[in-house]
Amino acid sequence: MTTPDTQAATPVVEMRGITITFPGVKALDGVDLRLFPGEVHSLMGENGAGKSTLIKALTGVYQIDGGTMTVDGVEHRFSGPDEAQNAGISTVYQEVNLCANLSVAENVMLGHEPRTGPFISWRKMRRQAAENLARLHVDIDPASRLSAHSIAVQQLCAIARATVRDAKVLILDEPTSSLQKAEVDELFQVIRELRDAGVAILFVSHFLDQVYEISDRLTILRNGRLVGEHLAAELPRRDLIGLMIGREGAALDAIERGAQQAFAGEREGVTPTIEAVGLGRHGRIEPFDLAVQPGEIVGLAGLLGSGRTEAVRLLCGADRPEEGTLRLGGEDIRISDPLVGLRNGIAFSSEDRKREGIIGDLTVRENIALAVQTVRGVWRPVPRKELDELVDRYITALDIRPANPNQLVKNLSGGNQQKVLLARWLATAPKLLILDEPTRGIDIGAKTDIQKLVAELAADGMSVVFISSEFEEVLRVSHRIDVLRDRRIVESLTNGPDVDQDTILEAIATKEVA
Amino acid sequence: MSGPTVELTPDTPSSPPPAQPAAQPRPSVARRIMQHQLFWPVVALIALIILCGIKNPTFLTIELRDGNLFGQLVDIARMSATPLLLALGMALVIATGGIDLSVGAVMAISLAVSLTYLDGAANPGSVSTAAVAVLLGVAVALAAGLFNGFMVSVLGVQPFIATMILMVAGRGVAMLITQGQITTVTSAPFKFLGSGFVFGIPTPVIIALIMLVAVAILVRRTALGMLLESIGINREASRLAGVQSRNITWLVYIVCALLAGLAGIVYGAPTMAADANNIGLMKEMDAIMCVVLGGTALSGGKFYLSGTVVGALILSTIERAVVIFHIPSQITPLFKALVIIVVCVAQSPKLRELLRDGAAKLRPRALPEVAS
Ligand SMILES: Nc1ncnc2c1ncn2[C@@H]1O[C@H](COP(=O)(O)OP(=O)(O)OP(=O)(O)O)[C@@H](O)[C@H]1O
Ligand SMILES: [Mg+2]
Repeated sequence: MTTPDTQAATPVVEMRGITITFPGVKALDGVDLRLFPGEVHSLMGENGAGKSTLIKALTGVYQIDGGTMTVDGVEHRFSGPDEAQNAGISTVYQEVNLCANLSVAENVMLGHEPRTGPFISWRKMRRQAAENLARLHVDIDPASRLSAHSIAVQQLCAIARATVRDAKVLILDEPTSSLQKAEVDELFQVIRELRDAGVAILFVSHFLDQVYEISDRLTILRNGRLVGEHLAAELPRRDLIGLMIGREGAALDAIERGAQQAFAGEREGVTPTIEAVGLGRHGRIEPFDLAVQPGEIVGLAGLLGSGRTEAVRLLCGADRPEEGTLRLGGEDIRISDPLVGLRNGIAFSSEDRKREGIIGDLTVRENIALAVQTVRGVWRPVPRKELDELVDRYITALDIRPANPNQLVKNLSGGNQQKVLLARWLATAPKLLILDEPTRGIDIGAKTDIQKLVAELAADGMSVVFISSEFEEVLRVSHRIDVLRDRRIVESLTNGPDVDQDTILEAIATKEVA
Repeated sequence: MSGPTVELTPDTPSSPPPAQPAAQPRPSVARRIMQHQLFWPVVALIALIILCGIKNPTFLTIELRDGNLFGQLVDIARMSATPLLLALGMALVIATGGIDLSVGAVMAISLAVSLTYLDGAANPGSVSTAAVAVLLGVAVALAAGLFNGFMVSVLGVQPFIATMILMVAGRGVAMLITQGQITTVTSAPFKFLGSGFVFGIPTPVIIALIMLVAVAILVRRTALGMLLESIGINREASRLAGVQSRNITWLVYIVCALLAGLAGIVYGAPTMAADANNIGLMKEMDAIMCVVLGGTALSGGKFYLSGTVVGALILSTIERAVVIFHIPSQITPLFKALVIIVVCVAQSPKLRELLRDGAAKLRPRALPEVAS
């Protein structure tokens, strides 16, 4: 990795003393940030530290209450994201904000459509979009509707869109949160090319390995304040974590070690909580068998588009299976919609927190209570006292910040929104908890907490299906791992000391040959 | 800048204790009041009343005659009853992200049914006959609501189109019921619903208040309000959380139509003429306006019943103001539009942000910047 000599260079972007106050929250308090050309700069901090807010301050999504921003040495305040875009600052925001109803090509090329005279040349547009996607090794039909693709592909489309333009600054807010190793590698390749071409890159991620792999420089925020700016090569990992969370010693060790790896115990003759036999839906997932016993955590591992999400959606009523049977505690059951699932103790947390998770304009309290309420029915509201207790309990248990049940959930940081959703499903006290990328966008401290929580819940008898694009995480929490490839479950591994990432990759690869 | 890294001295910003949230500025009381969604509608209402009061001092007087209240303000309250009844239901429909264009036509149908029944009844003056007439009127409204709800929630037709069917066809139905004539009947108990008094207060006002309380209990004492907002905000996320959006949406269209039926009866009772062509004409627009004036967004989600009440009062005050200021009837709609524009613009978040930034720029710069 190169450490460009920046002593001589002047920053393309320099932010000084940035302050932003929202009603009731001081999101940023005198934060500085410098971006140098030809450098990858990572913005680090816990959930709610102010990373996304700082980015939005730069691109003019939020107006700042104090401080100065210079771009190319000229003091500048963008009135909105378009203006920043036109000034050469391309941004991929944390929440993918593309037009789900438009085609992939339209999304990638939006505002940049190739024209013949006044008319858009659709053919050329599709070709150019495909080329841009190919750089990231995304092979999808550019004419397909964006909403037809998984959140990971959508994220890649957003990245492709940001790299269509010749930008001098590229900002990526958690671009890798739902990507896998292979896609991350492609993305980093592109980032390196851009960096070498002199683009300044601002990168946000909660994956420290990625941060150290790609970054030259780090800026660390905590509770809306600047903690410091360091060269990545000079800041050991442990110190970085210490700066981010402001804790030391034992607490740090616990986070570094992570949750203990889970191993399967003996389970014979137990009735599975849920059992799928030949469950399938045409074009989405081939018929599969899956059984989860009480207290068992089954991880689903597979590459992008392997059908993990599609499989679990059939278990909880999010989608209806077209064939096969589902047994709940040994009895055949038809789960026609999510409410039936919830009533039978099946909770499903979607990977797409913006579109399938949060109800943005409702409060944290209402968002947590929602599923409990629908199970009780419309006419039996949760009594106020019970509700407050429930909400307070989860806000404390999951450390949701700000700890204000009246805050609109859309105003929470990405990681805290994810915690609110976890709280919603946990509050229903499910027998089977299906977690699709539950730690997406969650900081490393909280991630360990959540993994521990899942292990504890399982120890108390809950069945869990756990999906993560991080194999390491799947390996850490699961007792058993079902490996998927091409919309099929190809292997079921019992987790143990001899099972590791290579075992999973091997399972995926060998079945490919077969 | 001397070196490539900035190392802060350990006692500067890096030392806040970890779990401590950053200092939380509380917005001032004045700011909180100004940001309340009722603020601008109430300001507009008070301004209108004051203007009318200046122009015509008797405007503000309320007198007690034979134990009943009279005065221009009482008239305004009475005139607000019909739009409020419509708007209460409309607010719920709008919250789910829908719209009901058929309420005006439903008014006409239910009134037509009630009056036609009275017309044919042996003893239209008796209380029980009038009660049956009312029930019949409300029953057809129920049918209309079932139809709208079915179209929207079961067949998935866009609400605008689905309710437009009855908006257009509904008047035809009303014509069929009245056989193309303007049915007029006399029935004292029926008329009482529109022009009588209870405890000195006009009956329509009482009816509207009862319905307001009933709807408020229906949505806020149960989980209905939250669930229908959640549908309006994010339908797919709501579905996955187990919200039965089909049932709830259907129910909401039924409630809306029932209230519209009642509104038709209250509106037509004073004259007791079932004019199928004109009863409730364009009233759907009035209802939508009341809802929007009250701070509820047409895109669905959060809805405000209290705001809707203020919206209805603004609407009828405007109609009164037009008379007081001798504004020619041709430009009345323009006047209405002006008031709405002012209120809606004042409520717009963009404008608030601009005002806030403007104020921030006027404030003196913080001291530390000077010091450094
Ligand atoms: N529009 C808003 N209104 C009120 N508070 C807000 C708003 N946007 C952000 N905040 C608050 O500002 C703080 C910083 O949020 P921000 O989204 O920048 O965090 P983040 O560092 O990006 O976290 P994450 O890693 O979870 O994405 C949080 O406390 C959040 O609740
Ligand atoms: Mg963020």
